[in-house]
Amino acid sequence: MYAYFARRVLIAIPTIILISIFVFALQKLLPGDPLLVLAGEERDPEVLEFLREKYRLNDPIPMQYLAWIGNALQGDLGISLRSNQPVTELMAEKLPVTIQLAVMSMIFAMVIGIPAGILSAVKKGTATDYVANVVALSGLSIPNFWLGIMLILLVSVKWQLLPASGYVPLSVDFGQSIHTMLMPSFVLGTALAATLMRHTRSSMLGVLSADYVRTARAKGLSERVVILKHSFRNALTPIVTLTALLFGELIAGAVLTEQIFTIPGFGKLVVDAVFNRDYAVVQGIVLVTAVGFIFMNLFADMMYFVLNPRLRGQ
Amino acid sequence: MGTHLQQETKNTSLGTALLELTDLTLRFAGQENDVVQGVNLRVSRGEVLCLVGESGCGKSVTSMALMGLLSKKNTQISSGFLSISEGGWELPSEELPAEMRGNTVSMIFQEPMTSLNPAFRIGDQIAEVVQRHRGGSREGALGHAKEMLGRVGIANPEQRLHEYPHQLSGGMRQRVMIAMALANDPKVLIADEPTTALDVTIQAQILELIRDLRDETGMGTVMITHDLGVVGEIADTVAVMYAGQVVEQGPVRDVFDDPQHPYTIGLMSAMPRMDRPGEQLAIVPGTVPTISQMPEGCRFRTRCAFAAETCVERPVLTELGGGHSVACQFAPLEDHVAVSS
Repeated sequence: MYAYFARRVLIAIPTIILISIFVFALQKLLPGDPLLVLAGEERDPEVLEFLREKYRLNDPIPMQYLAWIGNALQGDLGISLRSNQPVTELMAEKLPVTIQLAVMSMIFAMVIGIPAGILSAVKKGTATDYVANVVALSGLSIPNFWLGIMLILLVSVKWQLLPASGYVPLSVDFGQSIHTMLMPSFVLGTALAATLMRHTRSSMLGVLSADYVRTARAKGLSERVVILKHSFRNALTPIVTLTALLFGELIAGAVLTEQIFTIPGFGKLVVDAVFNRDYAVVQGIVLVTAVGFIFMNLFADMMYFVLNPRLRGQ
Repeated sequence: MGTHLQQETKNTSLGTALLELTDLTLRFAGQENDVVQGVNLRVSRGEVLCLVGESGCGKSVTSMALMGLLSKKNTQISSGFLSISEGGWELPSEELPAEMRGNTVSMIFQEPMTSLNPAFRIGDQIAEVVQRHRGGSREGALGHAKEMLGRVGIANPEQRLHEYPHQLSGGMRQRVMIAMALANDPKVLIADEPTTALDVTIQAQILELIRDLRDETGMGTVMITHDLGVVGEIADTVAVMYAGQVVEQGPVRDVFDDPQHPYTIGLMSAMPRMDRPGEQLAIVPGTVPTISQMPEGCRFRTRCAFAAETCVERPVLTELGGGHSVACQFAPLEDHVAVSS
């Protein structure tokens, strides 16, 4: 088991290297020169040359890559061309915001998706199952931005129940922070809830007809224990894996949601950075996100072992 | 062994019924014919009743109906009354209450490999059924689980408690299933082909274990099997099922030595005999009709050498004496034709 994890971590290393090369190359291939922005209106050749030297842009591209990745390994992702702040500092500012959004969205997704999936599996073929599936399908089909805007119109503008935008850090005012995040995380969570519901349903359906579920009933256990303990426990593995992977998707989904609700998170940072050709920030964010994604995958693998006793001994 | 069985039979045939099933008739939703028709079963204290028949004859469905394990959505029970000493239930509308499942009446299944939950430890799975019906602490229940593992002949019960099903062999898992089923001292054990999935030496061990536990506890056992060898090994009484009907039942010696229903006769002559090596085995001609093509009346008549026009009337089980009953209007057959012996 430990050997397995050691192997998985080792495999992650070349993956991260490949991603970093890809991210770096993509930046080089993009049209436009950030220095032209930086050099100001005059675009003095001397200034440009000075900047090229300063940012080592005259070096061969592989050398540029090595310099970047070398610094990255030491925790230095460069300096934002726009704000002159270190990229790591920028990210440290924005990351907690997005993590809060992601976690709250995931809670929404799980609280809605998993019970709905269990219910529709248990009530397969009934009106409950049908309604749950239609709702899930609409959840998947309705675009985030549309749902977000409609909710703002209804909940914020018309009913004035929740703020339409803005962000309060958790450390400043816990209640207020949760309050402002409710709507964005609901919007982001619903699409995931639909995915989770569909997977929970199919996973549960596979398990409910298992022999050990019949054994549980023959033991005289209540339907609640039969379903929530004996069945769900065995249906859990694919659900946990999916949840870990969905976290990666959440970061991507956050880009749009953060724009709609003007939340100063990771998503907004990356969009701004792309528009401003702030290379160092874009590279840094993509690298950190990719590494985060790989770790979520590792975590999902680890959960496999925790949940499935059959794998543990190997 | 024969004398032992006959003594046992004599004892049990006098006993009062622990479990009695009357006139069970059911069909699967969407089908036009009953898969089980008018089945009566009766088990007394210490008795092993074997329900025999080919696969698909309705024997497993009958046992599931007894336990209340059939999906209500997919099955329609049109008649049937189940009575045990604790009460009686009209099966079309009621079922054995959950408080009695795994407690007064327990069940073990054909597939030991998949019948235990792979996600939980053996000890916890046994302790669960103890706590469910007896309450008490988890520690107490685990202690009882350990004792049960010892009783079903598992070495190192302390260590096994903490193991998962995948760490055990098929025979061991069936022993665990038996330990779980017997943990609350049930009055009746329903065993649905408990040895079919096991290899022959393990089969014999499991049968011996069930027999020993029966002697120890006096529980009644309904054993479902298609294996006549198993019947000869363990049964006191036997009920032969064909296409959802019980065609013959009675003390195992009477049914084996003097079968009276044409189907039972066919079944017996299709069984290889150690005492008659080289003998050509007889076969029952034809195949079991599908449920939609089931004939009216006696369901065996399309394959029966004795069939007559009157067989469209459904024959009732009629006692020939000594508890031996046959559902055939020509029984006893000796009067009609000389049967090969």
